[in-house]
Amino acid sequence: MSQSSVDLPPKGGFSFDLCKRNDMLTQKGLKAPGFLKTGTTIVGLIFQDGVILGADTRATEGPIVADKNCEKIHYMAPNIYCCGAGTAADTEAVTDMVSSQLRLHRYQTGRDSRVITALTLLKKHLFSYQGHVSAALVLGGVDISGPHLHTIYPHGSTDTLPFATMGSGSLAAMSVFEAKYKEGLTRDEGIKLVAEAICSGIFNDLGSGSNVDICVITKGHKEYLRNYMEPNPRTYVSSKGYSFTKKTEVLLTKITPLSERVEVVEVAGEAMEE
Amino acid sequence: MSIFEYNGSAVVAMVGKNCFAIASDRRLGVQLQTIATDFKRISKIHDRVFIGLSGLATDVQTLYQRLVFRHKLYQLREERDMKPETFASLVSAILYEKRFGPYLCQPVIAGLGDDDKPFICTMDSIGAKELAKDFVVSGTASESLYGACEAMYKPDMEAEELFETISQALLSSVDRDCLSGWGGHVYVVTPTEVKERILKGRMD
Repeated sequence: MSQSSVDLPPKGGFSFDLCKRNDMLTQKGLKAPGFLKTGTTIVGLIFQDGVILGADTRATEGPIVADKNCEKIHYMAPNIYCCGAGTAADTEAVTDMVSSQLRLHRYQTGRDSRVITALTLLKKHLFSYQGHVSAALVLGGVDISGPHLHTIYPHGSTDTLPFATMGSGSLAAMSVFEAKYKEGLTRDEGIKLVAEAICSGIFNDLGSGSNVDICVITKGHKEYLRNYMEPNPRTYVSSKGYSFTKKTEVLLTKITPLSERVEVVEVAGEAMEE
Repeated sequence: MSIFEYNGSAVVAMVGKNCFAIASDRRLGVQLQTIATDFKRISKIHDRVFIGLSGLATDVQTLYQRLVFRHKLYQLREERDMKPETFASLVSAILYEKRFGPYLCQPVIAGLGDDDKPFICTMDSIGAKELAKDFVVSGTASESLYGACEAMYKPDMEAEELFETISQALLSSVDRDCLSGWGGHVYVVTPTEVKERILKGRMD
């Protein structure tokens, strides 16, 4: 076993021990791998009773669609949700981490989390990694001081806005918002506008696609409308299915029967006797 | 040449009715030279969870050993096997820990959860989980595998039909990829048994 006692429960944070080897491989001419990105259109807007967040559902790996229906609206607290664009692993890890920190904070203070707390925790983390943790986020929620909507850039800068878009489809979605947004929208008008903005990203941006997810957060209540709209259903499925004329040739078969799952039943009243 | 193309690999997993199948190719190469035709990419974590790893072969083996170690510790502490969803989160955390100097492999995890419900997921090399209800693919042949699986997959297939579908998808995709092939290794897992089969493919 090597000196560095590996794999005991790590103390958290990143470990850099494979960096030297990966650099050596890159110098030898082997390109570094690409990561799963969420090309993405993510939006948020403030309406009269709270905040509405929206996102598309396509995850890309280079030019290939890796996931046709991924979830980009992440849970942070019962009253706070966050949409993520950029490197998928980074958005997931950073939102999970801050969500856990918020929960511990709620236990400690005994109060509901505030959106600005989540904002500060996220921007501190992202700034300290100087943009290498590539997560662009739209954070929205309703807390004791009202509805809030913020955007966070990978380098750690933030904006507080009444309506916001991020991701590769942000220009397409922003054009819809700039044309049609007004203050004091009702819930239905807000949902319709968010859906329109995401659809504009889905149809005009190649990095976004598939379905529309929407999350409506109001004071004391939230509604996660997963796959609210499915403007790209697969309609060309053949009802006959695929039939294979020639079967695959099998060289060797090994069958391992699995043991029966034993069910342990507690018989009431029979205590252990000494 | 990308680091993933150094050894070559193809791994695919599909969901059936109360069963799942996971398949891989068997070639191990050093760029364009084949050095082994029986490389094991799919490994058992416990009776109902399998992991297939594509990418750099040395990381495939190292990561597998690390995961088995963590699972054994879990078994000692919890006195039971890990659920597939929990195992996927464990793999994701282990990969993300090395965010800036990652393990150069992409895992495909397949398992039978509670109530014999099949679970599959794949990740990129830094642990971004991608859950799917139908199939997941990974490796140098992944682009062909996406196409073949989209065309051939049907929901709710029984074990025998699932085996045939996944084998045809795997063999037709690796035929179009120079770096993977030399047969196939398929595991079909139902609640009562694990059927491991070796397929005959093109040996080029």
